[in-house]
Amino acid sequence: MSLLAAHDVEIERGDRRLLTGVSLTVEVGDIWQLVGANGVGKTSLLRALAGLARLGVTGDIEHDQQRLYLGHAPSLKKTLSPLDNLRCHPACDIVVADDVIFSALASVSLAGYEDRPVGSLSAGQQRRVALARLLLSPAPLWLLDEPFTALDASGCDWLDAQIRSHVSGGGAVVYTSHQPSRFGSLQQDIDLTCHVC
Amino acid sequence: MSSPADMANPLLFFFMVVTLFPLGLGPDPERLSTMAPGVLWVVALLSSLMVSSKLFASDYEDGSLEQLAIAPYPLSVLVLGEVTAHWLATGFLLAVVSPLFGVMLGLPQHGLGVLCYSLLLGTVCLTLIGAMGSALTVSIRRGGLLMSLLIIPLNVPVLIFGTTAVSEAIIGGNPSTWLALLGGLAMGSLALVPLAISAALRVSLDN
Repeated sequence: MSLLAAHDVEIERGDRRLLTGVSLTVEVGDIWQLVGANGVGKTSLLRALAGLARLGVTGDIEHDQQRLYLGHAPSLKKTLSPLDNLRCHPACDIVVADDVIFSALASVSLAGYEDRPVGSLSAGQQRRVALARLLLSPAPLWLLDEPFTALDASGCDWLDAQIRSHVSGGGAVVYTSHQPSRFGSLQQDIDLTCHVC
Repeated sequence: MSSPADMANPLLFFFMVVTLFPLGLGPDPERLSTMAPGVLWVVALLSSLMVSSKLFASDYEDGSLEQLAIAPYPLSVLVLGEVTAHWLATGFLLAVVSPLFGVMLGLPQHGLGVLCYSLLLGTVCLTLIGAMGSALTVSIRRGGLLMSLLIIPLNVPVLIFGTTAVSEAIIGGNPSTWLALLGGLAMGSLALVPLAISAALRVSLDN
């Protein structure tokens, strides 16, 4: 089953044509990594796939499935606690129970930090709070922009494991990263350098 | 609108300006009471302009707006929720305490109720229009001036109907026509402005 189909996508920024002729079909069980140098348009493509960018994007992008998009900005309120931040996430259609959030925060090794303001946590810990949403969202399609940044080795391994279990459980992941392939034969790369004008 | 300071700001502004006016104009109650409707309404408009310019700024910066935009609900409904919360913390609060400020400016007693009522309806329009301006300019650095230029002309009818209603009540006339017009504006903007806000936000996110 295809979770996302993009056909012949072209992205323009102002007068500049950024990418052209990008096509990909994301099936259940797929892991796609968008690779390319800085400024090549990885984030722009991911935002277009998420449905956030429309101006200057031509081509067909079908996303009838629910999707979880985690961008550069963590979408966390600094004055609220991790618990409050996760309690009601606008991209999920459910309000999750507190004990589910507690176990999600424990899974990202933030047990004990539930009630501290997010602003007092370190960058890596804030990143972990944002990533805890992966455990709370029912969306089958994950669109992750540089998910491995600011994470330590154990955090990267944790995310690695989450992505593997998500795709084996009927989901799919599209992510951007400068790190070399982490998933071996499980993942497919799309090198945007080939699509630059 | 997360900290209590943000909530107190418009009220504090209102309070300061209203205390300064008698000092500038002299303590003559007669003169103050004729100017009171205009002064109170202009200050209400300015304080609403001040706070609503930042309405979507933090959501834009921390990425919450992106999450709202791809949520499985209509963006206009989510935005209406956010604007309602903002109004309860600013416009509603201001309207509720406005009779107090009216007394400070020597507004006759029979004008106080109409002042409160007109501000209650008027701040709904002001907040929604301000939110629209904020949505349009949220992606622009220092968009404050541009936003004021966009918003103030739209606020003028609200200001005129509001001050006329209060002035009418003071001279013993019937303010209900003006209040009805204000109510119509409020209902109209409640129905239509959220759509404009969501369209403006999508454009702002699209860069």
